[in-house]
Amino acid sequence: MNSLRSGLMWFVPLTVLLALTPFISNNYIVQQATFVCMYATLALSWNFMGGYTGYPSFSTSAFIGLGAYAGAILQNGGVPMVLAWVIATGVTGLFAACLGYAILRMKGHYFAIGSISIVEILRLIAASWSSFTGGGEGLNLPIFRGGPEYAGMVFLYAFLVLMLVAVLATVLVDRSRLGFGLRCIEQNEDAADMVGVNVNASKIAAFVLSAIFCGTAGAMSASWVSYISPPDAFSIVMTLKVPVMAMLGGAGTMFGPVFGALVFVVIEQSVLSRFLDYNQAILGLIIVFLIFFLPGGLLRSTLFKQFKQRILTKDPQESKP
Amino acid sequence: MDTYIQVLTNGLMLGALYACIAVGFSLVWGVLNIINMMHGSLIILGGYLTYFAWLHLKINPLFMLLIVPPLLFLLGYLLQFVMINRVVARPVLTTLTLTFGLDMILYNLMNVVFEATPRRITMDIGSVSFMDVVLPGDRLLAMVLALALTGILYGVMRTSRTGRAIVAVRMDRDAAALMGIRINRVYAVTFAISAMMAGACGVLMAVTFPVTTNITGLLLGKAFVVCVLGGLGSVPGALIGGLALGLIESLSGNWWGPQNAVLTGSVLMIVLLMTRPTGLLGKAGYE
Amino acid sequence: MTTPLLQVDQLSKNFGGVAAVSKVSFALEAGQIVGLIGPNGAGKTTLVNLMTGVLRPSGGSVRFNGLDVTDQRPYQASRRGLARTFQIVQPFPQMTVLENVLAGALFAGPAKTRDEAMVQALDCLEFVGLADLAQRSAVSLTLPSRKRLELAKSLAMQPKVLLLDEVNAGLNSAEIVDAIELIRKIAARGITIMLIEHLMKVVFSLCDRLLVLHHGELIAQGEPQAVANDPKVIEAYLGSKFAAKMADQQAYLSEVNHV
Repeated sequence: MNSLRSGLMWFVPLTVLLALTPFISNNYIVQQATFVCMYATLALSWNFMGGYTGYPSFSTSAFIGLGAYAGAILQNGGVPMVLAWVIATGVTGLFAACLGYAILRMKGHYFAIGSISIVEILRLIAASWSSFTGGGEGLNLPIFRGGPEYAGMVFLYAFLVLMLVAVLATVLVDRSRLGFGLRCIEQNEDAADMVGVNVNASKIAAFVLSAIFCGTAGAMSASWVSYISPPDAFSIVMTLKVPVMAMLGGAGTMFGPVFGALVFVVIEQSVLSRFLDYNQAILGLIIVFLIFFLPGGLLRSTLFKQFKQRILTKDPQESKP
Repeated sequence: MDTYIQVLTNGLMLGALYACIAVGFSLVWGVLNIINMMHGSLIILGGYLTYFAWLHLKINPLFMLLIVPPLLFLLGYLLQFVMINRVVARPVLTTLTLTFGLDMILYNLMNVVFEATPRRITMDIGSVSFMDVVLPGDRLLAMVLALALTGILYGVMRTSRTGRAIVAVRMDRDAAALMGIRINRVYAVTFAISAMMAGACGVLMAVTFPVTTNITGLLLGKAFVVCVLGGLGSVPGALIGGLALGLIESLSGNWWGPQNAVLTGSVLMIVLLMTRPTGLLGKAGYE
Repeated sequence: MTTPLLQVDQLSKNFGGVAAVSKVSFALEAGQIVGLIGPNGAGKTTLVNLMTGVLRPSGGSVRFNGLDVTDQRPYQASRRGLARTFQIVQPFPQMTVLENVLAGALFAGPAKTRDEAMVQALDCLEFVGLADLAQRSAVSLTLPSRKRLELAKSLAMQPKVLLLDEVNAGLNSAEIVDAIELIRKIAARGITIMLIEHLMKVVFSLCDRLLVLHHGELIAQGEPQAVANDPKVIEAYLGSKFAAKMADQQAYLSEVNHV
């Protein structure tokens, strides 16, 4: 498929580059590379619900936070780190299935609000259920042994693998009946029902897919930072940033979210770190720019299409008529 | 434990304020089909303007009710004209994200200019006592004014040409267009009115609560819940929804502790969204 | 006696006190073309919605191929072989004509793989005459082509019963003649058809049987000619005064003839 090929053309080199960062640069760059992998995972997850199915989901942080807390509580209970991540993923998936059953009957604005409210509600619960979650004080996790360089490398590869899993899931769904069904739902939900798509099951599947990798990412983050607290774990800013990243790259495409995440991290590092006081305003400006000038995302913009044309016609294997 | 009457009165006073908070938001949602994430920040903007006028220029906050609303009316009209009008027909994700983004800009700028430390206007109005019930003067004043403003808005909507055009567009946009109503104008005026009410509400809030950008999200959340409770795009709906929310929070705060009052409201909203998305008053909202 | 393909029994639907459909019972035998007629607002589309699971009945039952399908969801109806078209055409706007039909073949048809479904889809496009428009976007089609697309989509589901809801609305006379031909071709493939129609010429030229709905009730059923002369049907369409006049005329004529 054309889009798979052209996507892999830059994705594979990018992955290799990210994987090599511990050996070719310093810890700071490794950290940034880890962020790229993490954001890419989150954006790819959101893409299942917001891109393919067309439901404006803002519940990313709910799943991140849930995974973080599940992972933290398990680790504090003695469960080994990676196993804790796996279980946290399962918990998040189960939660998404139950939640999806309830809120996926809402559409449009109502669904959007419902999904944001979940973030808030979970945050309030985490903040008040102190005996279990540490309340407003947050939770400490066992610090990862081995020193900062080793830890940096381990978490980079953990998030890299997670990102690859998310990409694989995206590609599989894109080519499958489920993917086609989701696209039908996005364009005309009633017609999709009439044509034989099991709309409820498909939506719940997409919702669960949009949740599980976020849960894993949350649990991994918790282990990485060794501390979580309700406002960090259930961050409203993050739950807005993730859809923006996906839309920046191109919602509904296979690799758009990865591209968007990459661009976002670059912007965050170059611009945002210099204007700490204006971080949110700059994010807002990016959003305004995105909405008005890049409605389909970077990978669908005319500029990029021209770029692709030039690159592809230089391909020596292209046979000319 | 306060007496029942006290709890109910607190609820009503709070509720009147909630109604005022929500009415502009509800109008924009009902008429333009846009959720304006800037609403909370606009209220706080009104609050800050009032506070600083009081602090530096010694202007009576109540007098600011004549200045802030028109200013915000203009701001709203401008915003609509330049930005919102272009995306009115686009899907929910686009409009929601855009207003979210605009809110971040406004919020950030306010933080930089005004700083987030809570500001409180101290006005010694004392309080009124009536049958075992204590009505703090400032809250009572705010409630009365909130109700008055809402009432005036309702009157204007029902009687003026513009008001009735707005209601027509809310009911059926295509039919309204066929009747010769300029939809873009109606949108702009509605958004401007919404900003104006937010500003007026900000003035009232400055008199009763500490003003800080930290609560913009909270205010927005209240507006959501009121809309779900009372239905979209109608002034009576916002009033009923607001009073209902005020009562629910006051009662549940009394029974289960103040920290759970907000949680109750949010959970109630989710339950309503799942079972009866058209709100207690049954007016179908836009999806 | 063979079991009827579709059996509707005392089917009812109330909307807050208003009975949109009231105790309707009928049966569809395989291979028939049945017309469902009635004045505007009689409940014809509601009846179709009830049969295909878009609406939940307030009472009564629907049996398809012997199976009780009263509570089914629309996608289940389609997968079981009960397909319908919409009065206002409902395509997938950002997909091509071919992709639209492919959807039907893939999700409700018997095809197991995408390739099989693709073959099905192309076949159906060929059948309705849209094969050369396959790569066009669905929204760029003219109205008659969109109706054909709708037909192709439902055919791709390999239905046993096809419910056509006002498939001729908005077409001119030439286009209607083509449509009638197409429906005959579909019936010739062995598909049982129920046609909701306003146009009497279509109904009379195609249908073996007619069902007449009025205020949600089934007031007459039978062969077209008999139904057309049924006084209740005349009353429903033309009003009671006219029906009474006609009845008087008939009575007078028959008296005159007997003398």
